[in-house]
Amino acid sequence: MGPLLYAALLPLNHPDHYFHWHFLEISAANLIVIALMLVTFVAALLLPFPGRRRRRQNQ
Amino acid sequence: MSTSELDRQWTTRLRRRAVSKIPPEKMLPDTQPSYVSSWIYVFGVATISALIVVIATGCILALRGPTWWHGSDVGHFVNSLHLWSVEIFFFSMVIHLWGKYFMAAWRGGRAMTWITGMVLFLVSIVTALTGYVSQSNFDSQWISTQAKDAINSSGGGAYFNLLNFGQMLMWHIVLLPLALVFLVAVHVVLVRIKGVVPPFEVNPRSDHE
Repeated sequence: MGPLLYAALLPLNHPDHYFHWHFLEISAANLIVIALMLVTFVAALLLPFPGRRRRRQNQ
Repeated sequence: MSTSELDRQWTTRLRRRAVSKIPPEKMLPDTQPSYVSSWIYVFGVATISALIVVIATGCILALRGPTWWHGSDVGHFVNSLHLWSVEIFFFSMVIHLWGKYFMAAWRGGRAMTWITGMVLFLVSIVTALTGYVSQSNFDSQWISTQAKDAINSSGGGAYFNLLNFGQMLMWHIVLLPLALVFLVAVHVVLVRIKGVVPPFEVNPRSDHE
């Protein structure tokens, strides 16, 4: 049941989708991972760290 | 044995040198500078955490073998844990690298920390490649036959033959993990000795909690 459910949600039994732009060629999967890394990087810079304000008040 | 004889012993000299170079209070500090309270400082330790899961699941895979990881539900699960912890390992490592690059983390005598990090990144890529060709499936056959051309064109094929499964497996489970763990240890000790690199605008001497 489990594998069938995953297969319905994420059908992976097909060739990768690739993006072409001039000499660049990248798979959709790799592009998504790079985009997620960029989003995480920006979020890490912008989101407040837990306890930071409390530590500043204690100083 | 007299005190002067004890002083001359190589164990005494090595211990004193080690304690002076890497004092225990620097290895396990009680506080960190306030600028470390940022998510961008989390990704180095996230990478090490992922590496621990990679090594632990790799040990289980080594104990049970390919028939188990290809042919049983638990084997599939542990195999997937190994793959996805590698994904998190590289994901965290790349963000750690970006963060340190934009902080110019080689400042303040931290060049060796930066260099060991870069070497770690390169060794990790080779470890991942040997892992992909050790899967023992069609994917590994495809990757090894494609990647052999790159290695052969660099002249390294005689020493690093991607079509030699035994050699690739030994690189993956013995030589490269040893190199990785050693380099991680050196990298972390260097971070502890020199401290975390401060942001450009902060004076590290006046900003400790």
